[in-house]
Amino acid sequence: MSQEKLATYEVFVRSARGLDHIHVGSLHAESPEHALMYARDVYTRRSEGVSIWVVEQSNITASNETDLDSFVAPMEDKDYRHATHYVLPDDVKNM
Amino acid sequence: MTTEAEHLAEFEAKIAAEQKIEPGDWMPEAYRKNLIRQMAQHAHSEVIGMQPEGNWISRAPTLRRKLILLAKVQDECGHGLYLYSATETLGVERSQLIEDLQNGTAKYASIFNYPTLSWADIGAVGWLVDGAAIVNQISLQRTSYGPYSRAMVRICKEESFHQRQGYEIMYALAKGTPEQKAMAQDALNRFWWPSLMMFGPKDGDSAHSSKSMAWKIKRQSNDELRQKFIDQTVPQIEVLGLDYPDPEIRWNEARGHYDSGELDWDEFYRVIKGNGPCNYQRIKHHKAAHDEGEWVREAVRSYRKKYLTSQDEAA
Repeated sequence: MSQEKLATYEVFVRSARGLDHIHVGSLHAESPEHALMYARDVYTRRSEGVSIWVVEQSNITASNETDLDSFVAPMEDKDYRHATHYVLPDDVKNM
Repeated sequence: MTTEAEHLAEFEAKIAAEQKIEPGDWMPEAYRKNLIRQMAQHAHSEVIGMQPEGNWISRAPTLRRKLILLAKVQDECGHGLYLYSATETLGVERSQLIEDLQNGTAKYASIFNYPTLSWADIGAVGWLVDGAAIVNQISLQRTSYGPYSRAMVRICKEESFHQRQGYEIMYALAKGTPEQKAMAQDALNRFWWPSLMMFGPKDGDSAHSSKSMAWKIKRQSNDELRQKFIDQTVPQIEVLGLDYPDPEIRWNEARGHYDSGELDWDEFYRVIKGNGPCNYQRIKHHKAAHDEGEWVREAVRSYRKKYLTSQDEAA
């Protein structure tokens, strides 16, 4: 059976109130409402979450691995952005 | 049909069970309004807070200090964005929030209405102002509104260097020449009291506190947080070898806390009402920067229009 006419939806689940929705997987569906129902059946059978988001894959704009440097390079030359860059006097316990 | 009373009971049960409230959940209108006020005030503080530090970027004493200060101001701008975005989940528009800031309806932390007169002030701001902000923000990581809580977690993580870089500036000056030490002492003396005022009015006088505490928007009272800040900061003053900025500071063994002098509450209310040293200048500068950025917003709107047209044609 062909599923070409169906769209792929990415599924995100919030495991508890207060936490971020986390990507758990994807599925095919004929509409967003159906995707949500299928996600419930597929991804939350064991009380995995309190909230589900489904997003049609074609609506996601993603960075490319080849462009990684300009997006998420670790910027090792900017270690002053980290607290450990600053040496505190021994007498200062917590900061 | 679920009645208002049932909604309220469900909401209060969630709060009691330490569950977070998330966008889309039913919430009392007063909870929503209180959150918008507090979160917008927090966002405005991040944004206005760039001004006193930005004042010294071009005059930082070394390239290293300049890079650090640039990175810090960049962080504050990002934190403003996190908080505006989180506030918008409550159904208010960002343009409205900015208008409220500019017309004086909304407040921001009164500390930013004080000028940064010397390089030592940049040290004092990082050490004391960010130090006080962190005490408040660590507490707010446990706030009952999910998006606000998550923004606080992210902000606290990113801010971990802010206070240390300020203390490092103070330490270098305090251990430097007599003139440098005097600069550090002067900065401490001027920023100490306004930093304590960042925690807001005394518990009994705080207009929004009791409801905010009941709904767990705020988790610790103004006075509790202020005391916590004093207790952690006094030993750091001693390490610098500087004099206490308040002659009444002394350890109280029975309380297990430092005692300290009374704040000048007249000054506190004067600055909040708009009559601090820099209130006029801060908002004037914000408006000017906002107006000067209009061509950027115009370009973005124009691109958006083109993009939507191209989508329509493709469909």
